[in-house]
Amino acid sequence: MATLLEGVGKRTLDELDYVGSLNIQLWATLRAIRTALPFTGNRYRWKAAVREMLQIGVDALPMVGLMAACSGIILAMQGAAELRRFGAMHYVIDLVAIGFTRELGPLITAIAVSGRSGSAFAAEIGTMKVTEEIDSLRVMAFEPVEFVLAPKYLAALVAVPCLSIVSGVCGILAGGLFMFFSTHLGLILYLRYVLTSIVLKDVISGLIKSVAFATIIAQVGCLEGFRVRGGPDAVGRSTTSAVVKSTFLVIVADAVFTAIFYFTGKP
Amino acid sequence: MSIISIRDLVVEYEGRRILDGLNLDVEQGETMVLLGGSGSGKSTLLRQVLGLERPKSGSVLVRGVDVTSCSEAGLNTLRRSIGVAFQSAALFNSLTLEENVALNLREHTALAPSIIDLMVFMKLAVVGLAEFGKFYPQELSGGMKKRAAVARALALDPEILVFDEPSAGLDPIVAAELDDLILLLKEAFQTTVIVVTHELPSAFRIADRIAMLYKGTFLQVGTKDEISKSDNPRIRQFLDRVPENIAQAAGIATYLERYLQNEGAN
Repeated sequence: MATLLEGVGKRTLDELDYVGSLNIQLWATLRAIRTALPFTGNRYRWKAAVREMLQIGVDALPMVGLMAACSGIILAMQGAAELRRFGAMHYVIDLVAIGFTRELGPLITAIAVSGRSGSAFAAEIGTMKVTEEIDSLRVMAFEPVEFVLAPKYLAALVAVPCLSIVSGVCGILAGGLFMFFSTHLGLILYLRYVLTSIVLKDVISGLIKSVAFATIIAQVGCLEGFRVRGGPDAVGRSTTSAVVKSTFLVIVADAVFTAIFYFTGKP
Repeated sequence: MSIISIRDLVVEYEGRRILDGLNLDVEQGETMVLLGGSGSGKSTLLRQVLGLERPKSGSVLVRGVDVTSCSEAGLNTLRRSIGVAFQSAALFNSLTLEENVALNLREHTALAPSIIDLMVFMKLAVVGLAEFGKFYPQELSGGMKKRAAVARALALDPEILVFDEPSAGLDPIVAAELDDLILLLKEAFQTTVIVVTHELPSAFRIADRIAMLYKGTFLQVGTKDEISKSDNPRIRQFLDRVPENIAQAAGIATYLERYLQNEGAN
């Protein structure tokens, strides 16, 4: 019994330590992020941020677009299978449009970015730890959070919401394709219905979520990298851990935000 | 006055004592070699001097600044006067050699890009890598990477140069070339040099004084002659390359006996 309690206590302390480290790192990044801004910040950090934006955003575009299109068709088909029985096929448009704007667009993007970029952050920083590059930065009087993390975080804050919008558009267009083939509804008319079914608050709620997801992915990925101790095997473990933890936290955050928006009636 | 002064330094990791009350003074312009076997605490001591870790107790004064209690901003100011060449070279793989060397100059000085280019060329020329400026670290051999790390460490003309295991993993010829480079740099720039190593030929070639570390304490600090004539049994063991009897015959016999008894019982 004592061993069980000890185990639970140790695990709880470890988790609290992790959450505490995540918070400390987030505040340090928020303080350092101004150095990565264009015009007012350090131009080398801004260049690094732009490079990261291309890797997080542009390189992921085909994958996110395809994932969203497949999910759009799946959602439309599943919805249509039930709604057809009640003669309410037109509600498929609402389902796809609202579903992708508020929920699926940001979520699919976050899962894709977590797998691609969250793991890449952890592997890159973990390797830098193992090869003493992080120590090297520190003895060269550079702050690793400013040098490594701030550009990545800024890039994620820009790229993830942009990708979420693209993801939403792809999902909605895929739904339109399904509607065209199943009900012969023209694409222009479909898009008009889409525009009447979604409102600005749906878009805002999706964007708020995507900013939160970007924060989780960048912070968890980088923290896992910074926590690497040992050799290359530790880098592998940190990469896996970054994907698992960030995906889990993204879904938890999604549930929390959805609940807040639902109960407050705000966006 | 000593440029580095270590007093009663104690470092512990998870209750295990790694450095046990060390005292050491490094004079300006001298080459101090921290010599010792694996696990003796050499690299830990170096990390303390660089302010990368905080000790349990004691002080480390570098140019009069106590790095054990100094703020991060203060440490960063101090670190600009220290150049470090790490054991693994620790060059940034995404940058060319020129960019690696230019990084410090670009970010910590207001020099014009043309001046920085010239300085980078000079630093690379000092270590014999002037024609490799456009190469990435992964395109270089181990010895070249180490020399490139030295060029980067020299970027801001530091008062103190630190080398962590400069000869590790290099063949004897390249290692000797690196020793020559260290001697040349010391003579040319009158820099204080600290070298962490376990390579005896290298240590005795470059050192003005040697501090011999064993299990977190200094066995002796002295000149090359004093160390080579030392009658301390541990120093003699290290210098004469006498193996430690880790595997005791009696211990193995007892273990095998117990193992066979257990197997028989099962």
